[in-house]
Amino acid sequence: MTEAKRKRCLLQGNEAIVQGALAARCRFFAGYPITPASEIAEQLSVQLPAVNGTFIQMEDEIASIGAVIGASLAGVKGMTATSGPGFSLMQENLGFACAAEVPCVIVNVMRGGPSTGLPTSPAQGDVQMARWGTHGDHPVIVLAVSSVLDCFTITVKAFNLAERYRVPVIILSDEVVAHTRESVELPLNSEVKVVDRIAPAMPPDWYKPYQEDARGVPPMASFGDGYRHHVTGLVHDQDGFPTQNPQEVEKFHLRLSMKITKGLSDIQLTRKFHMDDAELFVVAYGSVARSAMRAVEDARKAGIKAGLLQLITLFPFPRRILTPYLQQCHSVLVPELNLGQISREVQRVNQGQCAVVKLNRVDGRLITPHEIYNRLVKLSAG
Amino acid sequence: MPPSIQALTHTYFRHNKRFPHVWCPGCGNGIVMGALLRAITRLELEKDEVVLASGIGCSGRMPTYLDFNTLHTTHGRALTFATGIKLANPALDVVAIMGDGDATAIGGNHLIHAARRNLNLTAIIINNSIYGMTGGQYSPTTPFGSTTTTSVYGHIEHAFSIAELAVTAGASFVARSTVYHAALADQLIEQAMMKPGFAVVEIISNCHVQYGRRNKLGNAVDMLNAFKEQAVTVKKGSTMEEDELRDKITIGVLADRDLPVSTDEYKRIREQARSKREGK
Ligand code: SF4
Repeated sequence: MTEAKRKRCLLQGNEAIVQGALAARCRFFAGYPITPASEIAEQLSVQLPAVNGTFIQMEDEIASIGAVIGASLAGVKGMTATSGPGFSLMQENLGFACAAEVPCVIVNVMRGGPSTGLPTSPAQGDVQMARWGTHGDHPVIVLAVSSVLDCFTITVKAFNLAERYRVPVIILSDEVVAHTRESVELPLNSEVKVVDRIAPAMPPDWYKPYQEDARGVPPMASFGDGYRHHVTGLVHDQDGFPTQNPQEVEKFHLRLSMKITKGLSDIQLTRKFHMDDAELFVVAYGSVARSAMRAVEDARKAGIKAGLLQLITLFPFPRRILTPYLQQCHSVLVPELNLGQISREVQRVNQGQCAVVKLNRVDGRLITPHEIYNRLVKLSAG
Repeated sequence: MPPSIQALTHTYFRHNKRFPHVWCPGCGNGIVMGALLRAITRLELEKDEVVLASGIGCSGRMPTYLDFNTLHTTHGRALTFATGIKLANPALDVVAIMGDGDATAIGGNHLIHAARRNLNLTAIIINNSIYGMTGGQYSPTTPFGSTTTTSVYGHIEHAFSIAELAVTAGASFVARSTVYHAALADQLIEQAMMKPGFAVVEIISNCHVQYGRRNKLGNAVDMLNAFKEQAVTVKKGSTMEEDELRDKITIGVLADRDLPVSTDEYKRIREQARSKREGK
């Protein structure tokens, strides 16, 4: 019955991110205009107030993520969207959200870098920055989108992971995904599975905002709902107050890591094409995964047993999903719009089991299916 | 009768594990904290309705000790977090507590834009002319010629006036006091919190440990007495020449104006957006 009411629409990736955010019940957006992410802000400025949400354009990216964290602490799901230079500015407060365990979503529509780089060209140069950009040693969740439909579903997923694990979640998009229009059929809001943070159930006096439990994710009270508590970016004890006690400091760090490790099977998302009998395969993400898919199909037609492992979750790096294929295949090709940021992860996991081959482009152009296909032909010839 | 210190302590302090506090004996931060609590008492605000957000620095630790919804953000960013909190839940009374370096150096951009934006927020800026917690380096309000750990040859930059900056940037309410004028400070904070729109209260405070000592200004009491000598009311100041005012501290209300408050204006936007959507 609901099927009949679904609408097919022609959307850009950026627009689908907006629809995904709204479906995930995002009700707050703060941002600063930047190419190629601006459409996200523009559309949310129209759509958020209509659903009782709030859009605000801040004075810079630092302020934007600060406001998003504030809104989340007051109980409202929030998001910001930016591109490379803006993402650089957000790193400090991103760390705050990790330390204080504040759910939020940050979209980085990658463009060429470094610095202002190539504002209107696609790139995948921010992969390791998403992982290690903010200081300190802590886990992160980074997801990559490759299609317009992805932009919708992965944005929903990002909000759900943020809420479930009380973490900021980073979505890496790129200029091609952001601005390509595709016809998609989006699920109705009623069909979208939405996860909300768990509110404390105990009386306020008993509430310990960072109490250790089996899941490692403490219930989260919002400012104003009667559970007065303290939030800080300093290392804190389970009551939320600054501590330098070595045992408490260590416990703080280990729990931040443990809560993500426990959720790996839920967090690590990949897609497999022709992987069952593959003898060589491609590891790709973002817009490059689209080229890779076509290349693999062409290779299959040419009788080459090629497969594609598309990474949706870049971090925590899906090591356990990748490993069996590294044992099964003689080569893995890692095409990227950078000089090898994920191939380094593949190398690390591979430990010399099969040949890891890079295919990189940093000239502001896409990697075409043909380029990947040619490499697959070469690799299959040995 | 104002509430006794004991009553304030019993009502508002977090007793469990939060003490001793990090401030040096005699620091003006405690006086500002007292003024804030007296203002909140007089306004009869529920603890659950109040959010205190601070930046980093000596003043930044204030929320830690008080039993409200409290937030200790990154350096200079208190107002950005406060903005998100207020927009997400406009029923909350959100107060940002910042130091001079916090609010006007790293956070200077946020301060002027918060003033221009005019959300219904209150900013309390404790101005002690120095970075206290990091060891006494010069700040945007360090007077020309003074000595700090990063200006041992005498400071060669010029200080700006926080309150006047806020007036120019468009805040609805701007006031200044010193920690010597503690009773005035709590009246001004009370007025600021009642004022619809962005309100700034600058409170000149003593950092006798990092600033006073290096500039031979004596102990905490000496510095407070100096504030008493330097203070002139807004009214008296208006009759004085620029030259006479140079070393004075103007105290009182510097701006009080009724401007559209964007926290309220946003309601109109929501209505417009809804009717546009329903009209489709
Ligand atoms: S260093 Fe200065 S501002 Fe900081 S607590 Fe001591 S006296 Fe107060």
